Amino acid sequence: MSNANLLKNTLQTLLLTLSLNFKCSAELPPRSIAITQFVDHVAVDTVREALLEELAQEGYEEGKNLTVDFENAQGNAATAGQIARKFIGLKPDVIVAITTPSAQAIVKAVGKDDIPIVFSAVTDPLEAGLVSSLKDHKGKVTGVMDAPPIKEQFKFIKTLLPATKTVGVLYNPGDSGSVSSLEIIREQAKQQGFTIVEATPVKSSDIQAAVLQLVGKVDVLYIPLDNMLVSAMKTLSTTALKHHLPLFAADSGSVEAGALACVGYSYRQAGIKTGEMVAEILKGKDPAEIDVASPATIDIFINKYALEKLKITLPEAVRRQAQFY
Amino acid sequence: MNLIQFMGAVELGLLYGLVAMGVLLSFRILDFPDLTVDGSFPLGAAVCAILIVSGVNPWIATFAASLAGMVAGFTTAWISVRWNILHLLASILTMTALYSINLRIMGRPNIALLGESTIFSPIEELPWPHLYTMSAAMFVVTVFVLILLYRFLSSEKGLAMRATGANMRMAKAQGIAVNRQILFGLALSNGLVALAGALFAQSQGFADVSMGVGTIIAGLAAVIVGEAFFNPKVIFAALIACVVGSIFYRLVTAMALNASFLGLQASDLQLVSAVLVGFAMVTPKLRAKILDFKASRGGQ
Repeated sequence: MSNANLLKNTLQTLLLTLSLNFKCSAELPPRSIAITQFVDHVAVDTVREALLEELAQEGYEEGKNLTVDFENAQGNAATAGQIARKFIGLKPDVIVAITTPSAQAIVKAVGKDDIPIVFSAVTDPLEAGLVSSLKDHKGKVTGVMDAPPIKEQFKFIKTLLPATKTVGVLYNPGDSGSVSSLEIIREQAKQQGFTIVEATPVKSSDIQAAVLQLVGKVDVLYIPLDNMLVSAMKTLSTTALKHHLPLFAADSGSVEAGALACVGYSYRQAGIKTGEMVAEILKGKDPAEIDVASPATIDIFINKYALEKLKITLPEAVRRQAQFY
Repeated sequence: MNLIQFMGAVELGLLYGLVAMGVLLSFRILDFPDLTVDGSFPLGAAVCAILIVSGVNPWIATFAASLAGMVAGFTTAWISVRWNILHLLASILTMTALYSINLRIMGRPNIALLGESTIFSPIEELPWPHLYTMSAAMFVVTVFVLILLYRFLSSEKGLAMRATGANMRMAKAQGIAVNRQILFGLALSNGLVALAGALFAQSQGFADVSMGVGTIIAGLAAVIVGEAFFNPKVIFAALIACVVGSIFYRLVTAMALNASFLGLQASDLQLVSAVLVGFAMVTPKLRAKILDFKASRGGQ
């Protein structure tokens, strides 16, 4: 833990102890949760961190009255299945499954057992078969969906760069998240009067070539919520900058890794929302009564370095609203 | 490791035992290093999943998945035999192509089978604990396939296939159509792998285009670990050894998932599995060396 974090934590603890409100962590009975995710990347890791922070806010602090078991399937479906078995054996109070394949493996393995499941970073929980409906699902599975607000994202491209005519869209045809949003992407681009040129790298070593394929043909690049591309965002953003292409992403983590801008749910917000749900269940609420929800707010994220390099001036309204990296 | 995790590892190990037998057939019996399996495993899952969600009977879907796998294996063998392309390259070609083909088959990267009726549905509805019944079902399937495969390999046709892998020139001289053996052998091998993929999708509740990752490694590790432990001399023992090796590999992964007490993190999982499997492979050799050393000392 960094010194700054340590200081922050100490201060928080002090404040809690000093405050007259004695509803601090020690009074809540000890609980356990198990968290799993399918891959490692900034966005997914952020969800997990924000989730744990939110739980601490709610009075469940890891290591004190909250046992956290965390496993990462590292992209392997069989491992995801084995992690699911481990968690069922542990019988935690809540299982948190981040990303679609992990959530599916958990839901299947838990079967009829009575362990509440909260998913997060899932784009389409209906198509993934996780819940029967978003509201009143009457099951033990609920969670946070993060289908990106694509309409707002394309509107934002128009606001920031009104001269844009063609948008290059990069996506991995093997990523359920990006493919399920593709229809909407095409539709929304049409509404804004953009022409779309697609490039489909299937592995991270194809990315460079895919970007080069688009150079000269498009005015800006747009990356949907795609696990592989998001993990390779540093390469992607460097290549795009080198060819003077503004790069728009669908998540804030990508902007931190060098993409020019994004409008969307921050993974922090998704993690916080997930944390709220988990805390509610830990405090005794029935997951059947918690509807599937989206993160609370839409934010604008801008990368300062990319902005300067591309010599783009922000409209005043955007500048006031945006968060900078 | 808790009991559920242990039984889960056994269940997955038995399922991947089918992959291991497929890999044994290509790598060891036919001496044809075949990477197609990384594509035929998700192919089996894809075909099975799309048919099930379209309302086809799950047994027919599973059968169709195996057939699709056989076609994939046949393609690899055909490229290699007909056009005289190095086996490794031929299999990489098919594996790469299968990624796109699997996407085409599914129409999307992930199909959920949660709540669909599968060949395991009757078992899941039994009143007994799910973890034992699923492992038992997987045991029955794997042993059934093992016996069929054993009977085939001991038949005249099977012996011709084994002769082809053991010494191709000799086999040719004995009047065996070696190319046909390779075509059929690889089809059979990938049919088994696709069957495993179909069963995996049905038991785990989803088919995902990325789920082939690590299939060849799991299969190879099972074969090698099995050989290291049992040193099988006959084909029946070799088949059993690779299934046991597969279960061992899954148990190692399960152990790696529980290794946090050693200060290991979740992200160290792959490394831990690799080290443990490597250790298993080296142990018999070390033991032999120690025995040799003792024997030579005793002789003096």
